[in-house]
Amino acid sequence: MATRETAAAVKDIEQYKYGFVTDIESDRAPKGLSEDIVRFISAKKDEPEWMLEWRLKAYRYWLTLAHEEPTWAKLHYPKIDYQDAYYYAAPKQQIKLDSLDEVDPKLLETYKKLGIPIKEQQILAGVAVDAVFDSVSVATTYKKKLREMGVIFSPISEAVKTHPELVQKYLGSVVPYTDNFFAALNCAVFTDGSFVYIPKGLRCPMELSTYFRINEKNTGQFERTLIIADEGAYVSYLEGCTAPQRDENQLHAAVVELITLDNAEIKYSTVQNWYPGDAQGKGGIYNFVTKRAACRGKNSKVMWTQVETGSAITWKYPSCILQGDGSSGEFYSVAITNNYQQADTGTKMIHLGKNTRSKIISKGISAGHANNTYRGLVRVGAKADDARNYTQCDSLLIGSTCGAHTVPYIETHNPTAQTEHEATTSKISEDQLFYCLQRGMTKEEAVSLIVNGFCREVLQTLPMEFAVEAQKLVGISLEGSVG
Amino acid sequence: MSLLEIKNLHVSVVGKEILKGVDLTINAGEVHAIMGPNGTGKSTLSNVIAGREGYEVTQGSVTFDGKDVFAMAADERARAGIFLAFQYPVEIPGVTTSAFLKTAINAKRRAEGKTEIDAMEFLKLVKAKTKALGMADDMIKRMLNVGFSGGEKKRAEVLQMTLLEPKLAILDETDSGLDIDALKIVSEGVNALRAPTRGFLVITHYQRLLDYIVPDFVHVLAGGKVVASGGKELAKELEATGYAKYQGAAA
Repeated sequence: MATRETAAAVKDIEQYKYGFVTDIESDRAPKGLSEDIVRFISAKKDEPEWMLEWRLKAYRYWLTLAHEEPTWAKLHYPKIDYQDAYYYAAPKQQIKLDSLDEVDPKLLETYKKLGIPIKEQQILAGVAVDAVFDSVSVATTYKKKLREMGVIFSPISEAVKTHPELVQKYLGSVVPYTDNFFAALNCAVFTDGSFVYIPKGLRCPMELSTYFRINEKNTGQFERTLIIADEGAYVSYLEGCTAPQRDENQLHAAVVELITLDNAEIKYSTVQNWYPGDAQGKGGIYNFVTKRAACRGKNSKVMWTQVETGSAITWKYPSCILQGDGSSGEFYSVAITNNYQQADTGTKMIHLGKNTRSKIISKGISAGHANNTYRGLVRVGAKADDARNYTQCDSLLIGSTCGAHTVPYIETHNPTAQTEHEATTSKISEDQLFYCLQRGMTKEEAVSLIVNGFCREVLQTLPMEFAVEAQKLVGISLEGSVG
Repeated sequence: MSLLEIKNLHVSVVGKEILKGVDLTINAGEVHAIMGPNGTGKSTLSNVIAGREGYEVTQGSVTFDGKDVFAMAADERARAGIFLAFQYPVEIPGVTTSAFLKTAINAKRRAEGKTEIDAMEFLKLVKAKTKALGMADDMIKRMLNVGFSGGEKKRAEVLQMTLLEPKLAILDETDSGLDIDALKIVSEGVNALRAPTRGFLVITHYQRLLDYIVPDFVHVLAGGKVVASGGKELAKELEATGYAKYQGAAA
């Protein structure tokens, strides 16, 4: 209740001070983007002044970009009207909950339909789940247990209030609001996301997991996730996404920042399965994501694993800035595009410290009329003595109307650097297909099996509970790709 | 009803007629060997029965268990009980032999209206069969046919055959690339599967295999036709005289 009262008070003040007219009690901000909307979101979240100021700076910066999103990616889509989207929508229920039992059964039912049995996960897998339903965190679990160990795992909107010193220190320190068009937009209007802090020396004993889902019609999703692993800490974080079918394109622009201090390690795994649009290319999610890790500490490590099967448009480059001496970054990616899906995805490995290591394993699969691009940058700075990189990009084509593209950049400014790049493009062979069919498998089973084999190196880096789901997804997302 | 009945089968590949009227009947419990010179259509025959694309059937019919084979897709034929042991088993990178076997077994079980095989039951079953075929325990953990020796590949084919229990097993030059020890093991595996309910079509260039898998009938395929049929003694005769006279006859 305290939150509501504060929000109401803020509303009064704001209305007076800024001619702020949006109804703070409404579950949804009106369409469009303005300073008003930014203030509305901040007020809704009951944020401190510094947070609002940061958002406004980001918004004003975004305005200077004059609605011009980056065009260098190999993606084609109609111009996005940023004034024709909603930037804030909350589920009907907003009361703070202590446990999942108090959650609206209807919400839980929706999760179940999506195959996300939160309760079962808690009991069976011991996974702490921070469930984001639309833009507001509905339930945060295992919080107490984690807190006893010194782990902070909460919605970022909460962390802004409970741990402002950490949030102020690290938010935007890896992806500043000036980073790119979509990051600026996210900084201005992000609604929620996860905040994780693992204290010194702690190996987080459970996989932390968040399920994002887009539900409200026409609502862009702007998650913001910040994970900090203090010295010698370790955490494995899972992010899984599903969404129901819909016709309109939906804008999604998330930002994820990871920070590892000395000897710390973060493993970040994503399975992305948003609505890809129909077989004719109608509808689907537009997914413009900025994910970046700063390996600040010596010998620290970040490992990104992503399985991208959904979305009509994917623009995503989970990257690592290898600042600490001896730090290492790994990127494992499976991107599957079918029908009219387009993906432009890859990574950046920026070697700044001495003896830094990076490894990139990318598997792109195209079917139907889809286009799949690997875009990557390996940069070795002048001071990064003895840096090493290994990159492997494999593309698999199914049918003859799809495309696979590889755009690797390698820039070395230090003569001791060693970089390797290997790339292959292949098709599922008739021989392989017939062999599987002759053993009684259907075409779809055969394709799923062969493609899973192709992606094996990446899939096996996923935590167990994700690996099974991902293997199924690989098959499902290629359904109908072989005639 | 015969298990497999081939009548006046004509098959072309990119416009060139390869099979020019093949007749062959296989009953359950029988082992038929097809011998013949290279390039005479032996592999074409096995591929057409199994349903590989790229072959045009211009005349004739093939029935399996009384059903028109050409009305069934390749995977349907497989699930109905037609198994082809490949001359060149295909490598599938990243797919463990174990995962492949399990998927194949479950495809068959589903067609039979059974539930998927239990993980423990599967392991137990596979372990027993691999042992019988003289295969290493860890072989099923390896990627299917990737880096397998010739002998390992053929053993893996026989392992699949053993697990899938087909009604008709077609062995396409299973002896190629095998040394004598591997040939013995593979043959023992095949012989263990001989049953009154099962038919075999053994395609080979050499008589040697038929010392181990003793056929009930031997046919000579030359010039796209079956030009001679007989008992197992026909194979011995061919060993002595070669294919020359049949090649002449066909031309």
